[in-house]
Amino acid sequence: MKENTPSDETKLFTKKVSRRKMLKTAGVGGIGVVIGASGIGGLLTLSDSRAKGQTKDIVPFYGAHQAGITTETQDNLYFASLEVTTDKRSDLIQLFKDWTEAAAQMTAGNLVGEASLNANMPPKDTGEAKELSPSNLTITFGVGPTLFSKDGKDRFGLKSKKPAELNALPKFPMDALEDSWSGGDICIQACADDLQVAFHAVRNLVRIGRGKTIIHWAQTGFQRTKQADSGKTTPRNLFGFKDGTVNPDTNDGSEMNEHVWVKVGDGPDWLVGGSYMVVRRIQMYIEVWDRTILKEQENTFGRHRDSGAPLGMKNEFDRVDLEAKDSNGNQIIPENSHMSLSRGDGKAKILRRPYSYADGMDPKTGSFNAGLLFICFQRNPSKQFIPIQERLAKNDKLNEYIVHRGSAIFACLPGVKKGGYIGDSLFG
Amino acid sequence: MKKAKASLAVLLSTSLLFGCAQENEGTKPADDKAKEKSVSKLDDVSREYREYAINEIEEFVQATEEFTTAVSAGDLEKAKEVYAPARMHYERAEPIAEVFGDLDPKIDAREGDVKDEEWGGYHRIEMGLWQENTTKGYEKYAKQLMSDVNLLRAKVETVDVTPDLLITGAVDLLNEVSTSKVTGEEDRYSHTDLYDFVANVEGAEKIFELLTPALKEKDAKLAEEIQQRFDEVYALLEKHKEGDGYISYTDLKKSEVKELSQAIDALAEPLSQIGIVTEES
Ligand code: HEM
Repeated sequence: MKENTPSDETKLFTKKVSRRKMLKTAGVGGIGVVIGASGIGGLLTLSDSRAKGQTKDIVPFYGAHQAGITTETQDNLYFASLEVTTDKRSDLIQLFKDWTEAAAQMTAGNLVGEASLNANMPPKDTGEAKELSPSNLTITFGVGPTLFSKDGKDRFGLKSKKPAELNALPKFPMDALEDSWSGGDICIQACADDLQVAFHAVRNLVRIGRGKTIIHWAQTGFQRTKQADSGKTTPRNLFGFKDGTVNPDTNDGSEMNEHVWVKVGDGPDWLVGGSYMVVRRIQMYIEVWDRTILKEQENTFGRHRDSGAPLGMKNEFDRVDLEAKDSNGNQIIPENSHMSLSRGDGKAKILRRPYSYADGMDPKTGSFNAGLLFICFQRNPSKQFIPIQERLAKNDKLNEYIVHRGSAIFACLPGVKKGGYIGDSLFG
Repeated sequence: MKKAKASLAVLLSTSLLFGCAQENEGTKPADDKAKEKSVSKLDDVSREYREYAINEIEEFVQATEEFTTAVSAGDLEKAKEVYAPARMHYERAEPIAEVFGDLDPKIDAREGDVKDEEWGGYHRIEMGLWQENTTKGYEKYAKQLMSDVNLLRAKVETVDVTPDLLITGAVDLLNEVSTSKVTGEEDRYSHTDLYDFVANVEGAEKIFELLTPALKEKDAKLAEEIQQRFDEVYALLEKHKEGDGYISYTDLKKSEVKELSQAIDALAEPLSQIGIVTEES
């Protein structure tokens, strides 16, 4: 009886699985199936942490702002827009508390929930991220306008708290929006350097929300991996152009304060430190693009394809002079180019954080179903995204090759301190 | 029809794995009593469930009698009328019925589940009734079906209902809904899938009902949540009622199918936690 001493066994477990609890569970011998066949192996590897001793590749979860906004863009995205199905405010608050706890666990590279030894219950964590590194996972939560009121109904006593800026985006010319790719009460943006880690995060959060929320739409996104581009040059989108050259500097706090973070006086105080996220699911007609001559391609963006330099210049980060003329007196960068129009007078800036998507084939046309999940953050959508997109929708040369299929706006909640929960400023 | 599943788990005694813990030894007598109590309570539940399931199978025999008699007599209308309600008894008792891995495919296989020349049972006849609009040529399947169902009735007496079977059975019933009823693949000629759907949910609810007292002792909130989710599923199903039965599955809108599917997910998630009743408190 003593050969297999409990103290030896105890060492194998971390604090999360208390020994007492284990013995209790294992004690129901009469029923038998408490420890399943696979449980034996599982027991010996039970541990808090997914990949032992990992401290690298962790983006802190707690802080003044949520991670995943100014965080250096990770390789992969899994984005979910949810509908809330419960009508109880208390359910919603509990959900955000549970989500906060799980998100803090997962971003630190840990499993969700306490490991249970009861083989008569499904495991708390779904398991596919076991052994995987934290992969710089960030989980960013946002709330959409319909959470505050839907069909005129004040669903959770939040109507009076709705920011004036948080409205479904206006209809822009050329929009071909589909309901099945638009809107949402809550969004979860999971970014990580591994798609399986990102998916695991959303999957577990959706599971926790089951019965209270349902998925409205979801999208995976990718860009080139850091492995494939160790030089960390600007990533290219599916049109082959460097995308992200001009963007506010996320390391510059004052620039972030000016363009990204909601400040006192901008609207309701609960959102101070948060940010408005605009999401557009933009299909790209890549077959059409591929048969477009290089000159046209470059005129479309106003930049050279290879170098990413402004037309007429040599290097990617060379100064942009929209008025520059060639020897014949013609404007070098076309007025209807994407860069010219999106820049405008250069005052309104947005923090772009887009990902490409490729969802197989469009069964209607036989073409690739691919494009850009355009995501951007800002302090004030009516002064930033909306006027920019108004200009683009009217005149952008790029419109020949793209179509906007989905649209959503969310107020990304401020960051959370240890002991608090995401959304506490809103519900508190 | 259900694919055979590997047996659940191996039985391991506590001492084999952990040795005898000191703390445990000290409190042994009281512990043992508590253990006996909780085990015997679950045994009672198992007995009650056994009665319920046998009763459903009994009714299934009678309903199948009516069905096969109609087929043999060439009464197409009657056969179509009793087809779906008869199957409900089987679907409610599925956790028990499927224990007999040899009989389940004979009774409930769908086209393609088994070799064509072996294919018989309810769905074979369903194809004749709805697709070919006839009973002709299906008399032999009716005869075989009746004898298989009678055999099931006899065998079911021998089944040993364990708490494990209950715990996995409840969620399994809903998984059946998620994987085959929701897609409309179960009754692909008659489109009476909603009957099977309802019966699976009712079968799961019966198990939950029997385990509720034990569950309430462990986690009253969980019991409450599960009940609420059952109510939500029934409320959705209610919308698709027509007379005594249910509308054709093909009349459901895509959005309604999705709604049903998500409601089942919302129910099955908390229901999957009922294994907690096997823990000591
Ligand atoms: C599929 C759709 C899109 C593609 C392929 C695309 C691609 C690009 C590319 C290649 C650049 C130039 C390089 C750079 O500065 O990053 C650029 C710049 C930019 N884009 Fe887009 N973009 C798309 C949609 C949008 C949308 C919807 C907006 C906002 C309404 C937007 C706003 C901007 C801005 C503000 C710049 C920087 C302009 C500057 O000041 O130089 N883009 N985009």
